Amino acid sequence: MGISVSNISKSYKKVKALQDISFKVKPNELFGLIGPDGAGKTTLFRILTTLLVADKGTANVAGFDVVDDYKKIRNNVGYMPGKFSLYQDLTVEENLNFFATIFGTTIQENYELIKDIYVQIEPFKDRRAGKLSGGMKQKLALSCALIHKPKVLFLDEPTTGVDPVSRKEFWEMLKRLQQKGITILVSTPYMDEAALCDRIALIQDGEILEIDTPKAIVKHYPKQIYNVRANNMYQLINSLNAYKFNHSVYPFGEFVHYTDNRTDFNLKELKMYLESKKLSNIEIEKTEATIEDTFMELAK
Amino acid sequence: MNTNKVIQVGGLTKMFGDFTAVNTITFDVEKGEIFGFLGANGAGKTTAMKMLIGISKPTSGNANVAGFDVFTNAEDIKKNIGYMSQKFALYDDLTVKENITFFGGIYGLSRAKIKKKSKELIDELGLKDVAGHLVGSLPLGWKQKISFSVALLHEPKIVFLDEPTGGVDPITRRQFWEMIYKAADEGTTVFVTTHYMDEAEYCHRVSIMVNGKIEALDTPKKLKEQFKAENMNEVFLKLARG
Repeated sequence: MGISVSNISKSYKKVKALQDISFKVKPNELFGLIGPDGAGKTTLFRILTTLLVADKGTANVAGFDVVDDYKKIRNNVGYMPGKFSLYQDLTVEENLNFFATIFGTTIQENYELIKDIYVQIEPFKDRRAGKLSGGMKQKLALSCALIHKPKVLFLDEPTTGVDPVSRKEFWEMLKRLQQKGITILVSTPYMDEAALCDRIALIQDGEILEIDTPKAIVKHYPKQIYNVRANNMYQLINSLNAYKFNHSVYPFGEFVHYTDNRTDFNLKELKMYLESKKLSNIEIEKTEATIEDTFMELAK
Repeated sequence: MNTNKVIQVGGLTKMFGDFTAVNTITFDVEKGEIFGFLGANGAGKTTAMKMLIGISKPTSGNANVAGFDVFTNAEDIKKNIGYMSQKFALYDDLTVKENITFFGGIYGLSRAKIKKKSKELIDELGLKDVAGHLVGSLPLGWKQKISFSVALLHEPKIVFLDEPTGGVDPITRRQFWEMIYKAADEGTTVFVTTHYMDEAEYCHRVSIMVNGKIEALDTPKKLKEQFKAENMNEVFLKLARG
């Protein structure tokens, strides 16, 4: 009961939102779509949840075609859109009841599935949804997306705007849902969340750059990356950008990630060059590639 | 006042009724420093920042921003700082050029100065072809770079960035940080509030607020050593979860 996407394209007027996208999500997999705003993630979600029809291509969700069997898909998937879409004027409990009723079920019937999540907001069940904090809204939205016991769960940027503590809790919840047999497709602009998925697709400008496990994607990075640090970050970036042997220069927190375009790169030579640019406290050491390095190399 | 300290905060407190949103926070920020102001949702960052930019009066304590007192000279603070947030930055229904002219006017720049600054900004960001386009039609990353430049139009001593780079692609994001480093190198102080810990790694120093108090303040490197953490995210989780 996974997802299968074949050659899907979608354009809005001149903008090509998705260009010939194909991938498969295995049953019970936690699959991540990783890409920035405007990459086409939401368009893809809307096509897979039958809210939008693709210009070209076919897609299958939980064994059903997104066009021919759209009604069956709606009964079998849960969708948590990026924008908070519950009824602000209904209370927590009323929202949940509403979604349960629409799907012809009750809160009691599927309480086991949402229990972990819902108990955290149950003390506020009489509060209007509009008055909840960001983290609580997110938990309510997830409860509502799960109340009809879907086979496949779609989560569009569930952690955007959420602080690190709530983000971590959210990913722990996803892991538990996966253990209950649900297939999960989740999108995020945060590269650090990619590592928490079984497999990921890196997506930008409507095209998939690569699909693999997070570990394999990092392993495919073609070059040795060096962490470079000096006393003045801005001068360091400028100097590295001006260095004729550079392949890529990207600030990474307190370091710059540097790759060289020669096969016989000499670390001392780079150090001498940087010293000649009046930089001091220079440190250069090897480091491992991250998902973000890979993304930038592929998007270059 | 020490001229190198452009923000000086002592025992700053804000109460809403019985609730203490910001609880006696004390810190300094230096000229040309990139200062990260972190905290979970509801920790009090926004309230604290509102006091620093002169739009919310503190309950007690003292704060001096860009040389002006938050109690007595809040209006002067507003003129001497820049502000940019992801939620509000530019008017989508105005063109790039109109936005620059509008904000230049708000900040009280002369027509000649606006014209000069406008040209500089458009050249520097390579926006010649889109200067007459509506801002709403531009990609998010461009908007952010433009709004950062607009926040610097009046050459403020300090620029406040409220969660500036969420959602932008990683390459554009780095170009944005290069702009921040450049501004800092030229002496502008950059005050960044964010709850994205990877943004925090770019700052010279960061403070972390938990329940209205500043619980940690140091360079990212030292904080990672202090909390025996691999990255700022771990530091944050250790602090916020207690």
